[in-house]
Amino acid sequence: MSATEPLLDVRGVTLQYKTREHLVTATYRVDFKVFQSDRFILLGPSGCGKSTLLKAVGGYMKPVEGEIRLKGRAVSKPGPDRMMVFQEFDQLLPWKTVKQNVMFPLCASGKHSNADAEAKALDYIAKVNLTKFADSFPHTLSGGMKQRVAIARGMAMEPDVLLMDEPFAALDALTRRKMQDELLQLWDDTQFTVLFVTHSIPEAIKIGSRILLLSPHPGQVKAEMNSLPRGAEGSSEEKELEKRIHGMLFADAVETEQAIHV
Amino acid sequence: MSENVGAVERREVVRSTVDAAQFGIVEKPLSPLERLYNISALRKALILVALAVIWEIYARLLNNPLLFPTFVSTLEAFVQGFVSGGLLGKAWTSIKILLIGYSAGIALAALLTVVAITSRVGTDLLETLTSMFNPLPAIALLPLALIWFGLGAGSIVFVLIHSVLWAVALNTHSGFLSVSNTLRMVGRNYGLRGLPYVARILIPAAFPSILTGLKIGWAFAWRTLIAAELVFGVSSGSGGLGWFIYENKNQLEIPNVFAGLFTVIVIGLLVENVIFRTIETRTVRKWGMQS
Repeated sequence: MSATEPLLDVRGVTLQYKTREHLVTATYRVDFKVFQSDRFILLGPSGCGKSTLLKAVGGYMKPVEGEIRLKGRAVSKPGPDRMMVFQEFDQLLPWKTVKQNVMFPLCASGKHSNADAEAKALDYIAKVNLTKFADSFPHTLSGGMKQRVAIARGMAMEPDVLLMDEPFAALDALTRRKMQDELLQLWDDTQFTVLFVTHSIPEAIKIGSRILLLSPHPGQVKAEMNSLPRGAEGSSEEKELEKRIHGMLFADAVETEQAIHV
Repeated sequence: MSENVGAVERREVVRSTVDAAQFGIVEKPLSPLERLYNISALRKALILVALAVIWEIYARLLNNPLLFPTFVSTLEAFVQGFVSGGLLGKAWTSIKILLIGYSAGIALAALLTVVAITSRVGTDLLETLTSMFNPLPAIALLPLALIWFGLGAGSIVFVLIHSVLWAVALNTHSGFLSVSNTLRMVGRNYGLRGLPYVARILIPAAFPSILTGLKIGWAFAWRTLIAAELVFGVSSGSGGLGWFIYENKNQLEIPNVFAGLFTVIVIGLLVENVIFRTIETRTVRKWGMQS
């Protein structure tokens, strides 16, 4: 595949889901393209359908309009070529140790033999600094450690694209910061492609290389922009970009009640 | 004062922490007595001993072996029954039938639950059937079973299945329903579908409920079995424990009746505290799904 061809191509995707009383349109004709080694951020306030969009890329729901293509093939069902990292801490299988959790998808998908999978799992567990806890069960770990295991599990599969659904949202501010730095370090190591959902503007700027802004109810593309180069934290450019994004997202003043977490 | 109205002026404080070695106690092992008290088997054994002592004292005060034999004479009858082989054989007859009924009940429950989770009609079927049959005492079906299957193991197995099936199916199904959506999505993310998905994600995730169902099913089956044997006595030549109790009551061998009841209790305690407890500590407790 040439570098100019998109890895993930989302074209005119409209997503709807049913609640008990309503048919809700989550996103309306959203387009974006993700290229190899992008750190692509879906940013928007709650209710802009960004998580729904990620689930659609994950193959958990079908668009009513438009299509999602991964490496040119239409996405129709969940699969290990798009590993998900969820927000919830209970995404690890409680009956498996850290190592077994990382190994399980490697073996279950038939991608690796047992011995292979073990070596690979230990390798990625080391990358997220959890070697000491390889044989611990998830319930003995802290929230941040659980998320690190989930990230290791996702990366060990070496998926075409890693899907992250607000993975740090449930963490305390100090841990979240540390995790963001670690994620960037991991990216320096392996240059994986990641599609990252967040509602925090600073997090988007810090982690992302490219940011897609979505407006709420239903989610539509408001803008797609490049983020700042790494290490711009605290600089005046960062403040400016933050302000600009904030302005764009909350231009429709009615919706500003939704507080943005920082 | 003029610049700082209402605020008390304070200096910045920076301290160095005391080295851990200088604390009196950071970690101290528990005393042997405290550690012994933490062993639940020991605590339970103490309760059992206390109960036995109370039994012995009360029976001696009553001094009426026909109504209430002492613990010691019950124990004697129990040991006697074992040595002469009668009790052991009877217990084995009971357990054999129980295991057949119990495993058949579980197999049927598994089948019913799989149907229930794969289709909406299946769910309705399971819900309707369980609400119809779960309240129905298994013993109430025994007369009917005797007409259908005759006097023998067949009818007892039938009522056993009835007593196990609904409890296990109900618990397993509610366990499957309570598996978190995140875990389901994780399983599908790995590309698991169908039976591997059920076996590798749903069953372990629902294991606390399944285990509860198995325990309840076991208790129901054990009760039903003894009651069925008591009421309808002999099945295929050699009776079980219930028959042993009934027979000895007729011969006014009251210590033997107590020994029979004692066997029922001991088997119940063993299964609950050894088999199920071991499964529990090796699974749900180890996984932190149950404290």
